[in-house]
Amino acid sequence: MRVLMFGWEFPPHNSGGLGVACRGLTRALSNLEDMEITFVLPRRIPLLDNYMKIAFAELPGAQVKFREVDSLLTPYITSSIYADSLKYAGNGIYGADLIAEVVRYGEAARKIAEEETFDIIHAHDWLSFLAGINAKQVSGKPLVVHIHATEYDRTGGNNGHPGVIKIEKEGLEFADKVCTVSGYTKSIVMQEYGIADDKIEVVHNGIDESDISQAENALQTFSEISDGLNVLKDNGTKLVLFLGRFTVQKGADIFIQAAQRVLQYRPNTLFLMVGSGELEPQLINQAVKLGIGDKVVFTGFLRGKNRERIYSAADLFVMPSVSEPFGLVALESLLHETPIIISKQSGVGEVLEGAIKVDFWDVDQMVNMMVSVLEHSSLRNTLSQNGKQEALRSTWDRAAYRCKQIYKQLVAEQNLAYN
Amino acid sequence: MASVCLYFHVHQPYRIRDYRIFDVGRPDYFQSEAGSRLSNPDILNKVADKCYVPANRLMLELLNTYPEFRVSYSITGVILDQLLEHRPDVIELFRQLVDTGRVELLSETYYHSLAALYSAKEFKEQVDMHRRKLKDLFNYEPRTFRNTEFIYNNDLAKQVHKLGYDVILTEGADHVLGWRSPNFVYAPPGQPNTKLLLKNYRLSDDIAFRFSSRDWADFPLTADKFGTWVSAINGSGDLVNLFMDYETLGEHQWEDTGIFDFMRQMPAEILKHPDNNFVTPAEAAERFSPTAELDVPDYISWADIERDLSAWRSNEMQHDALNKIYKLEKKVLKTDDAALIEDWRRLQTSDHFYYMCTKWFNDGDVHKYFNPYNSPYEAFVAYMNVLRDFEIRLKASTK
Repeated sequence: MRVLMFGWEFPPHNSGGLGVACRGLTRALSNLEDMEITFVLPRRIPLLDNYMKIAFAELPGAQVKFREVDSLLTPYITSSIYADSLKYAGNGIYGADLIAEVVRYGEAARKIAEEETFDIIHAHDWLSFLAGINAKQVSGKPLVVHIHATEYDRTGGNNGHPGVIKIEKEGLEFADKVCTVSGYTKSIVMQEYGIADDKIEVVHNGIDESDISQAENALQTFSEISDGLNVLKDNGTKLVLFLGRFTVQKGADIFIQAAQRVLQYRPNTLFLMVGSGELEPQLINQAVKLGIGDKVVFTGFLRGKNRERIYSAADLFVMPSVSEPFGLVALESLLHETPIIISKQSGVGEVLEGAIKVDFWDVDQMVNMMVSVLEHSSLRNTLSQNGKQEALRSTWDRAAYRCKQIYKQLVAEQNLAYN
Repeated sequence: MASVCLYFHVHQPYRIRDYRIFDVGRPDYFQSEAGSRLSNPDILNKVADKCYVPANRLMLELLNTYPEFRVSYSITGVILDQLLEHRPDVIELFRQLVDTGRVELLSETYYHSLAALYSAKEFKEQVDMHRRKLKDLFNYEPRTFRNTEFIYNNDLAKQVHKLGYDVILTEGADHVLGWRSPNFVYAPPGQPNTKLLLKNYRLSDDIAFRFSSRDWADFPLTADKFGTWVSAINGSGDLVNLFMDYETLGEHQWEDTGIFDFMRQMPAEILKHPDNNFVTPAEAAERFSPTAELDVPDYISWADIERDLSAWRSNEMQHDALNKIYKLEKKVLKTDDAALIEDWRRLQTSDHFYYMCTKWFNDGDVHKYFNPYNSPYEAFVAYMNVLRDFEIRLKASTK
């Protein structure tokens, strides 16, 4: 089985979950028998050649082959510009350049489709949908589109960019099969995009424990963050973590609102805001206005070891997303044995019983649960033990196996149609 | 000879409402809004209409039709209280059943609690309370004992003997019986005068769990077929103990599954065989001598596939909640505050801890089915918030 796969970003040049998911899925797919992937990225990222070597080194025996679209005509787009464009997603404003780049990526995909030999096409999110559509037109091979997030999620259902929605619709309609990262996202694709139930397969994202370095070791090494946090923890301070983009979609403002009320019951609590985003000034303002400016710490965006230290140090992780197609950070937290409270509007909840789930708008219940988790170590331990087991079972292998089944079915159907 | 001992357990707890941290200061722990999933009167009415009323009428009908028919019940104190308040018609039907003289009522803890595991004194008190309740309501003196959820071991047999009971019902757990059959009477080690009646879980669960299961090879279960299975015991056993929740009839197995028709036809099918008959536990104990000693060093129960205590005591939340509530015993009793003591005891009902269970992967579905809370965590949080309020009240009441 040869798969021509279109992505947009790839670690470490990624700004969000899309790149992480593409790596996780392709790595697991390439471990399956009879599976050969050509992964296409829109352009040659600086260091990409180096990175690719690194990537291959990480993937012993892997059969993933990277291709870049040679797009000299396109404006130079870095992942940070992509991040910027996402930043404005809340207002429904994209740089014209991004759409233009998506169109050019799509055009370039025709040529790749002519040159490559493959049995199936797999395109991730709207950014690569035109590429997928064109590749299908050129080759006549079945197309799978994979939904990691919709414009509906990014904008909370308001003022989505019409150009983006148009591309999403085209991809969804033109595809032979649609994968969504959760049942929650599937229902959005059905309701907001009018796609039929039986055309959509849920393929839950996964996580690989090997991506998380040993948390205990990380904490033992010297670091300002862990040292400072450990001093606080020794004094009995409990740490509550928010980790994600500071946007309305992620419920960052809900987190601050809840923090103020939790502090009324548990004054010795510190709230950590890890990330960055358009709401940051507003959030700082909100905390100050609520009189809890000294109880909310903005750390900025954290990567690597620092990110892991903060996961490990936290007593509770809260993900109050308004709309979350999946929410990989919840699984990351559980692998660090930190219990989680997540919104019911999160896809990851579908693979977790070891989590407290609350409607994002039910701040009362969120506060009630947060206080209890901080209060009772028995609740924390039960949550983190159950949750970790489930996170360990939520592997990319499971997702890859599911994708392979979908590929096989589509190829078989096509063969049947020709015969 | 195959004597059939048909016994039903009748119980509904006082479920704790969605009690949040902001509610501390309000001692209305068990009063959920009408219409909510946790509303005790709503649940009681539903179960009374679907099960208790039609099932009691059916049993009366069977007792009238067949002079040989017998049926037995354990009815917890907490459901008797709820029925007295909301459904006296059900109490009246139970009175009629008891008045036939062919219905045995069993003794147990008033609050369907795990007191036996934590406090011998509290255990005895709750058993005595239940005994007094049966005397008051039905003018009835129980002779047979069943502990909460059939929780049992050798030590419990001794404790129960001291309370004056020499017939005990428990689970016919495989890991205790080994190659032996549940279809005989056994005795605890060193207690030759105590009779143990063990649930035949295969035949009991054929009715209680598998009756409407289309995946089951023996579906559909007819009274005729079941009668044949019971008669097959003849020669290899004395006694078939069919022990189950009363709610099996009409609530777990809905009326449209045909469960009532099955029960209506079952006595005739059993009595077709001339050597078969029906007994109550006390009658079985009189009729049959123990065939052997049964050594049960570790606790068994009738819950889940493990048949142990894990339904109530397997995760940290459950241990935490149980330890906290029983730790308050002395202080609570010292207050002489009737309302406080009553709340403390209602908080001991085993269901609260069952709702906190997180053993997902085998019996998880059963736990989910019987869990009125969205999750075990929500059950725990409501419980601990209530305890927070309770301890404030306790402090205020402490002399």
